[in-house]
Amino acid sequence: MAAPDIQIDSRLEDLAERPPLGVIAADLVRRQPLGAAGLFIVLVMIFMAVFADFLTSYDPELNAFEDMHIAPGAEHYLGTDQFGRDILSRIIYGAQTALIIGFVAAFIGATLGLVLGVSSAYFGGRFDLIFQRVMDVFMAFPLIILALALVAIFGQKVENDVLLVIIAITIPFVPNCARVVRSSALAIREMPYIDAARALGYSHARIILCHMVPNVMAPYLIMVTAFVGQAILLEASLSYLGLGVQEPTAAWGLMLQGGAEEYAESAPWIAVFPGLAITFAVFGFNLFGDALRDVLDPKLRRR
Amino acid sequence: MYQYIVKRVLLMVPTLLGAAVFVFFLLRFIPGDICELRMVGEGGYVDESALATCRAGIGIDKSIFLQFVDFMWGFVIFDLGTSMWTGQPIGYEIGLRFELSLQVAIMATVASVLIAIPLGTLSAVKQDTWIDYVVRGFSIAGIAMPSFWLGILIILFLLIGTQAFLGEAWMPPIVYVPIWEDPGYNLSMLIWPALATGYRYSAVATRMTRSALLEVLREDYVRTARAKGLLEKIIINRHALKNSLLPVVTVVGIEFAFLMGGLVVTEQVFNLNGLGKLFVESVLNTDYTLTQALVMVVVAVFVLVNFLVDLLYAWLDPRIRYS
Repeated sequence: MAAPDIQIDSRLEDLAERPPLGVIAADLVRRQPLGAAGLFIVLVMIFMAVFADFLTSYDPELNAFEDMHIAPGAEHYLGTDQFGRDILSRIIYGAQTALIIGFVAAFIGATLGLVLGVSSAYFGGRFDLIFQRVMDVFMAFPLIILALALVAIFGQKVENDVLLVIIAITIPFVPNCARVVRSSALAIREMPYIDAARALGYSHARIILCHMVPNVMAPYLIMVTAFVGQAILLEASLSYLGLGVQEPTAAWGLMLQGGAEEYAESAPWIAVFPGLAITFAVFGFNLFGDALRDVLDPKLRRR
Repeated sequence: MYQYIVKRVLLMVPTLLGAAVFVFFLLRFIPGDICELRMVGEGGYVDESALATCRAGIGIDKSIFLQFVDFMWGFVIFDLGTSMWTGQPIGYEIGLRFELSLQVAIMATVASVLIAIPLGTLSAVKQDTWIDYVVRGFSIAGIAMPSFWLGILIILFLLIGTQAFLGEAWMPPIVYVPIWEDPGYNLSMLIWPALATGYRYSAVATRMTRSALLEVLREDYVRTARAKGLLEKIIINRHALKNSLLPVVTVVGIEFAFLMGGLVVTEQVFNLNGLGKLFVESVLNTDYTLTQALVMVVVAVFVLVNFLVDLLYAWLDPRIRYS
């Protein structure tokens, strides 16, 4: 009796054996060249954020007034800012700030939206109607206006600036995601297996979390990647306005606030490189998100 | 159609009401009150009676419920109250700046249409050639590039460019003059922020124009036009473009509503004294009354513009009849 089992096991192992990583990468580049480029940018960013300590020998937060406004060169590859801090090292550490805020805000915002959207579709009726109206109200706020209003509200209560930015960015994402997820979940609600689950007497929570949520993973993942790019952009805007991440933390938007205009003539590199970093990061996440959308859900393909 | 308009107008009411409730109560969660903040900021000693007068002056001594009734009644009679920080009526503060922001928003929309339609058309006509790729790259970059950074770059180039060619650095003027008083001066000031925001907002419209036009170009009547030997230029301009602009109108309209939000950052870059800057200042100063009034103005504009876009849509396309 034991022999056939072993045979099946070895066959399964053959099947499960994955092609080498290089082959997968080549395949991705061929099918989704732009998405692969996006993924590459994202990976570079993650690499920068994780190994920031090893990539640069300059302290991103330490002022060194004797080194102010040094032009890009062999000593400081991207020059120094108005406090004598190395811009390259601030950009590398800025990737940490951007990624932490981007991922946390996108993940929490989209997940709350996922649960709310699926629940709204599942319960339907009056609950759904009221929920929809509440979401309508939220959707009537432009993203940055809502984020700024939230900064005003929580600004005095929340001491930690990064946490404050995360809160201000996360909340506007919830209705956005809830809406998209709800429309997918409405179709799933009518599926026979949901009826079956109900007939078996499962609890609402179990049906929502175990039976409906896994089936709306495609729009959910698409929203998460789209949100990361938006969150990075929003964080940069808030920090630029002086209402986001505070000095001396390295954040890209903050670096532009520092002295972009005043130092425009004497040290234009201060204004150029952090903006490039923001643009590349958002660009990467957008490209990757678009590719993910094409792969996961061709129907949602945007314009 | 008439019924539809009435229904839409009535549907706007709960949205606005909901937004008002949300804004009002959330802003009341801010701990500490503005009078204390202001007096402590002015220097040390805080006089209890002065505090009380200040609180009574801006109405935060009343119960929350009464404050809310005041707030709502203010909207009904278009009296938005006074700013907690400057002490001026909010209607006056907004009136000072509304014109500038509106002008930048309109100019930015025009700029984005002027960028989007030609580029989108070019991209669709030359589909899958290098021109198409360049245009698409240009528009994707527009979405990724923060508009405040583009603004900074524009200022940078203006400064360095004028320094190099004219011998002295030139900056756009800072003091606002209405366009009918001195058009040249006004435009030399506002064209830059309009370009910076317009480019960003052109990105989506460019993509929209491209895909809508591609779809229309596959229609039977375009094939007929080609078969009867019409010039390609006429086919595109007269037949295809007109029919593909419908979704573009929607996108541009919705973006106009979003522009009010986008201006918040751009106005800061160009140091324009508009609604966006006022909003940021009100948040920095924890000026409840001003913040809530401004949020409501933005939401109202947003809801109204969306409504107008829907009407425009129906008017442009006779096939759409809301009933």
